[in-house]
Amino acid sequence: MAATPLLELRGIDKSFGPVQVLHDVGLSVYPGEVTALVGDNGAGKSTLVKCISGIYSIDAGTVTFEGREVTVHNPRDAAALGIEVVYQDLALCDNLDIVQNMFLGREKKHGIVLDEATMEEMAGETLRSLSVRTVKSLRQLVSSLSGGQRQTVAIAKAVLWNSRVVILDEPTAALGVAQTAQVLELVRRLADNGLGVVLISHNMNDVFAVSDRIAALYLGRMAAQVKAADVTHSQVVELITGGRSGNLGLPPERPSDFIDITPGEVK
Amino acid sequence: MTTTTETAGGIQVVKPTVASYIRDYFARVRGGDLGTLPAVLGLLVLVLIFGTARSETFLSALNFANLFNQSAQIVFIAMGLVFVLLLGEIDLSAGFASGVCGAVMAILLTTHGLPWYVAIPAAMATGIVIGLVLGVLVAKLGIPSFVVTLAAFLGFQGVLLTLLEGGKNISITDEFVKSLNNGTLSVRDSWIFAVIGVAGFAAAQLFRWRGRVSRNLVAEPFGIVVARIAGVALLAFSATYVLTLERAVNKAITSLKGTPIVVPIIVVFLVIWTFVLARTTYGRHVYAVGGNTEAARRAGIPVDRIRISVFVICSFMASIGGILVVSRQSSVDPNTGGSNILLYSVGAAVIGGTSLFGGKGKIIYAVIGGAVIIVIENGMTLLGLNSGVKFIFTGLVLLAAASVDALARRRAAATGS
Ligand SMILES: Nc1ncnc2c1ncn2[C@@H]1O[C@H](COP(=O)(O)OP(=O)(O)OP(=O)(O)O)[C@@H](O)[C@H]1O
Ligand SMILES: [Mg+2]
Repeated sequence: MAATPLLELRGIDKSFGPVQVLHDVGLSVYPGEVTALVGDNGAGKSTLVKCISGIYSIDAGTVTFEGREVTVHNPRDAAALGIEVVYQDLALCDNLDIVQNMFLGREKKHGIVLDEATMEEMAGETLRSLSVRTVKSLRQLVSSLSGGQRQTVAIAKAVLWNSRVVILDEPTAALGVAQTAQVLELVRRLADNGLGVVLISHNMNDVFAVSDRIAALYLGRMAAQVKAADVTHSQVVELITGGRSGNLGLPPERPSDFIDITPGEVK
Repeated sequence: MTTTTETAGGIQVVKPTVASYIRDYFARVRGGDLGTLPAVLGLLVLVLIFGTARSETFLSALNFANLFNQSAQIVFIAMGLVFVLLLGEIDLSAGFASGVCGAVMAILLTTHGLPWYVAIPAAMATGIVIGLVLGVLVAKLGIPSFVVTLAAFLGFQGVLLTLLEGGKNISITDEFVKSLNNGTLSVRDSWIFAVIGVAGFAAAQLFRWRGRVSRNLVAEPFGIVVARIAGVALLAFSATYVLTLERAVNKAITSLKGTPIVVPIIVVFLVIWTFVLARTTYGRHVYAVGGNTEAARRAGIPVDRIRISVFVICSFMASIGGILVVSRQSSVDPNTGGSNILLYSVGAAVIGGTSLFGGKGKIIYAVIGGAVIIVIENGMTLLGLNSGVKFIFTGLVLLAAASVDALARRRAAATGS
């Protein structure tokens, strides 16, 4: 496996007012690999992603990209580095069409006039590279697409830009069996093309199907980051639900703000 | 039934034909995407009703020309409001903002004796400053636009009264300013304007169509492009024909014919803003912020700056509305831009098809909606109905338009289109 991570986070803290959501989180993303980011609801996965992409500012910690320490103030900075995010809530504009959404914020222009033809060509080629063979029209409004199609547009939007790292927040959450398989295949293909891919998912089957590494967040702390081949299904589930599994995971002492009310388990 | 064709990147898409294009259009309408169709149909029905009931007066060339002069202020404010409504915001102060800007121009022209080429830009600058203040309050302080502009509505009413020193009426004598919304083009210039306008429209349509075809992208069926150009040509030429008929009440004394000067002024702004919204990055970003603010922010679009800019455009357009109404009345008084002007302007934008929920609307909607409002106002006056009846009817039409908007939205959510 590649030795140096493409993207590396160390010691990330993030609070919303008095609530600290991320504590000293570290994460390494390697090129050509899918790193699954798992954790229970509210563990802080989406928050971590938004910190990486510059939507939230971090309170402490460092972000290293290709060995260089970087600061990401806003989504544009992240995009300039080649970090693209497909959000849980997709972030598409229903009132715009497929091409317009894919180029949103990064439109191609001739002088001051939008270069619609070039954008449409690039959008078509990108969709094709993701094995999309038929759409009714590239100028169809996004509001008229199915869940899987919208997800595909969102992913296509992320890979349009020669991106280096693509982060997908629960890309299969709302999809049926066939569309899930397609999206996972797409995720694997991104990594095989040399990108660093971060996949957030609650579905262990999906996680084990495509990922090379698994990073488990527990109550805002990184419990463990391990190779997928080295752990079992149930170990990952323990990491997610308890923060530790055997000698993996967080040290036994509880986080200071953690009150354990489980009877008979106090250490 | 549907054949497919290859487009960019070798993707298969439905090949559009004239038949499928029309089918698609009706499918969209059924799906709730009505655009300006209700307004156009409404306009036809109203013209038919008033035309039959008062064919002598309502259908006269004089009345037709009058409609443009009467509607200018509302149409300009409505064009500006489209930008604000596209973001799902509102500007209730645009009416009095136009009054204040008109007063600034009138005062500079008369009290200070300055020429029009100083007074008009000063009025426009006033509009821009007003918009900046409103926009910053909404975007940076996060005060709802409804409240900010309601306060400004009251405030500007006071500013207008103060500028007019407690209610004086200032008359202007500047011939250039007066000509803007009273004068007409010569018959020859009227036709030149119509021909240039139609030729420009045709060139833009054909140029775009050819550009897409030459790059192997799916283009509209050529028949549709031709039909659209023919439609615009028919409309422009028949309107010009009527406007170049003699319409003076007493032909022996003066001759009155030609397109009102305000028509090219409206058309120029219609073209500019349509271009900005449809063909520039800025316009794309306005739609994006209106459609999904969070998505726009994540795409790196400066949401606050876009929000401020739409208020600037709105107040700027209101200033031109103010200039034109002062030109029309040759004077300004404490009620210029007051009474029903703002409500008619919002009504025009919404009746034309601009969504109150943001993200949907075009500049042409303001013009079409403005036409509906003015035809109601004008036709009902000619029918001898009093203001009470007019307000009730206009209110009902606005309510109908807002219902169409809300129902269309529900329908779109239900059919997922
Ligand atoms: N803007 C915010 N302000 C305050 N608290 C927030 C904010 N965003 C998230 N949180 C809190 O941070 C915690 C982590 O939320 P986050 O959305 O990152 O979880 P997640 O791991 O993505 O969960 P899920 O699997 O449900 O998507 C939650 O307790 C949430 O309530
Ligand atoms: Mg989440």
